[in-house]
Amino acid sequence: MAHTVTRLTRFNMTSLALGLAFLYLPIVILVIYSFNASRLVTVWGGWSLRWYREFFNDRAMLDAAWMSLSVGAVSATLATLLGTLAAVGLARGERFRGRALFSGMLYSPLVMPEVISGLSLLLLFVALNAERGFWTVTIAHTTLTMCFVTVVVQSRLTVLDRSLEEAAMDLGCDPVRAFLLVTLPLIVPAIVAGWMLAFTLSLDDVVIASFTTGPGSATLPIRIYSEVRLGVKPEINAICTLVIALIAVIIVVASFASKLSSARGESAAPL
Amino acid sequence: MRRLSRWRSAASLPPGLDLCGESGLLDVTSGEASAEAAKPLPEPAVSDMPLLRIEGVAKSFGNFRAVDKLSLDIRAGEFFALLGPSGCGKTTLLRMLAGFETPDEGRILLGGNDIAQVLPHERPVNMMFQNYALFPHLSVRDNIAFGLRRAGMARKDIATRVAEMVALVKLEGLEKRKPDQLSGGQRQRVALARSLARRPQVLLLDEPLAALDKKLRESTQGELMELQRRLGTTFIIVTHDQEEAMTMAGRIGVMDAGRLVQVATPRNLYEAPASRWIAEFVGDINLFNGQVAARENGRLTVSTAEAGTLSVSELWPPVTKEVVSVAIRPEKVKLSRRAPASDEGGSHAINRLEGVVSDVNYLGGVTSYRVKLETGAVVRASMANTARLDVDAYLAGQRVVAWFTADDCLVLEQ
Repeated sequence: MAHTVTRLTRFNMTSLALGLAFLYLPIVILVIYSFNASRLVTVWGGWSLRWYREFFNDRAMLDAAWMSLSVGAVSATLATLLGTLAAVGLARGERFRGRALFSGMLYSPLVMPEVISGLSLLLLFVALNAERGFWTVTIAHTTLTMCFVTVVVQSRLTVLDRSLEEAAMDLGCDPVRAFLLVTLPLIVPAIVAGWMLAFTLSLDDVVIASFTTGPGSATLPIRIYSEVRLGVKPEINAICTLVIALIAVIIVVASFASKLSSARGESAAPL
Repeated sequence: MRRLSRWRSAASLPPGLDLCGESGLLDVTSGEASAEAAKPLPEPAVSDMPLLRIEGVAKSFGNFRAVDKLSLDIRAGEFFALLGPSGCGKTTLLRMLAGFETPDEGRILLGGNDIAQVLPHERPVNMMFQNYALFPHLSVRDNIAFGLRRAGMARKDIATRVAEMVALVKLEGLEKRKPDQLSGGQRQRVALARSLARRPQVLLLDEPLAALDKKLRESTQGELMELQRRLGTTFIIVTHDQEEAMTMAGRIGVMDAGRLVQVATPRNLYEAPASRWIAEFVGDINLFNGQVAARENGRLTVSTAEAGTLSVSELWPPVTKEVVSVAIRPEKVKLSRRAPASDEGGSHAINRLEGVVSDVNYLGGVTSYRVKLETGAVVRASMANTARLDVDAYLAGQRVVAWFTADDCLVLEQ
């Protein structure tokens, strides 16, 4: 019968609970244990904010977190800029010689093992005699994440009706203004999504960062990784909880922003 | 690229009483703003000069010749339709007029100036797109005001002009809606208002009614014609729907394979098609292939295999070939039970074909019959149902005479 499909039967409830548990239980445990008062990770010693205090007093860990955030923000911004330009070029530009080769090369980081990307970048930086640190990691992350932005933005552009741009030109826009006034407002959600994807990928990356970073400028994942090798401290749980909270906030804000921009008609008009 | 700076001044005229009538259309070339132009412009257009002159325009995409050395004159204030099957090049021609395609050869003169190489945003021409291409992120008001803002019009004038346009297309009260909150018919009106807001010299319409249902399409046809008469703007419409073209346009240009095969009024197109292809493309027609057997006093006798010997009044220009087709429109074929009286020598020479009604299709306003002749050929006849209780209706299987006069026939080269 039809109505049984939508009802929450015992079986549906169980499979839903198991599915959610499989996905989120480890994270929930991590969050709960971040409030653990005990020094041992696996033993519950009552509620406490001790490890959060510890983290905010841990100079090295704070530096690493700051490093990660700034690398993430800068590389995501650069990747969004370059990736959007590449997407526009591929989706809207004239057909040029070697276009297929160019788009193939653009997408290669999607399938390239990170170890190879990291190693080749390391060799490049060594050959250039570049001092490894913030900028080398940022450049490496930009090259890694740019293709993701391109994929997201290009897929939006290809479904966008070309006659919208033609209509804008017909109504007095030169091609640049047509792009800024019509195309850009319509692909902003894709660009924002691309930026967030790039930011999270950068925040998440260990392999490429460990190849391209230098002494004294470890990112948070590298720092955590090296700490964990010496034994898991409850402080790590606190840091991870904060990262989860940060990402949750970004997602909520971004979805609100995209709702807001589609609700407001005047956004692109006053120019 | 040459700028048509005069367009800006025309767009920023204070909104006056006349919606692009005399002053908007014709004064453009005698230009008050010609001081802005670097060089003095060519002689202003005189009244017998067409507003738009297309001269030997050609466009190819790879090996495909979309438009082939096409020439056409369109007068100011005309409602012109480009009609043709899909892929005939009509949309490419329209896009060249809008500036989205550049001709490989030829010139496009608007008011005497060659605009073939002018970019779309610098032409005093606007286009209404087939799918309307409304900006989804802007309200109805901002969509209509879009082109005015680009022309640098004052804020107050924009508001006045938008209100004028909204009233013109009867969209009052919907100014703040977004395109996705409108019905298909309302979207079509927004697109129309947006393309007319800048008061273009020429409005291009690419299948403007294709997305509407039949009832709405018919009422919109009437509104478009009324609007065109009131504004006096030159309309060029592209359509594959011959009924639409016949209803709205003053002249129709029929295109086939990148060429303009005939330019005529709807009546001439239907009653005096220039070729067999056009006769078959526009409306229904019966065709009988045959050979000219005799010519005398402007009368041809054509012997056909399918319908025997037919008498046909000769058209101008006369056919020169011996192998011809005789064509007769179904509504000009009459049916009767007995053969009508003959009048061989007079102007009403009658062709009689005996046969059996094989098919009757009642369509409301008309009934269309198929009459099978003894030779196996089929003649289509359609008769208006002028009375509710039609005693003259024929039934399938009935023996009838299908007859038509020599004057109603066309003789076309094959």
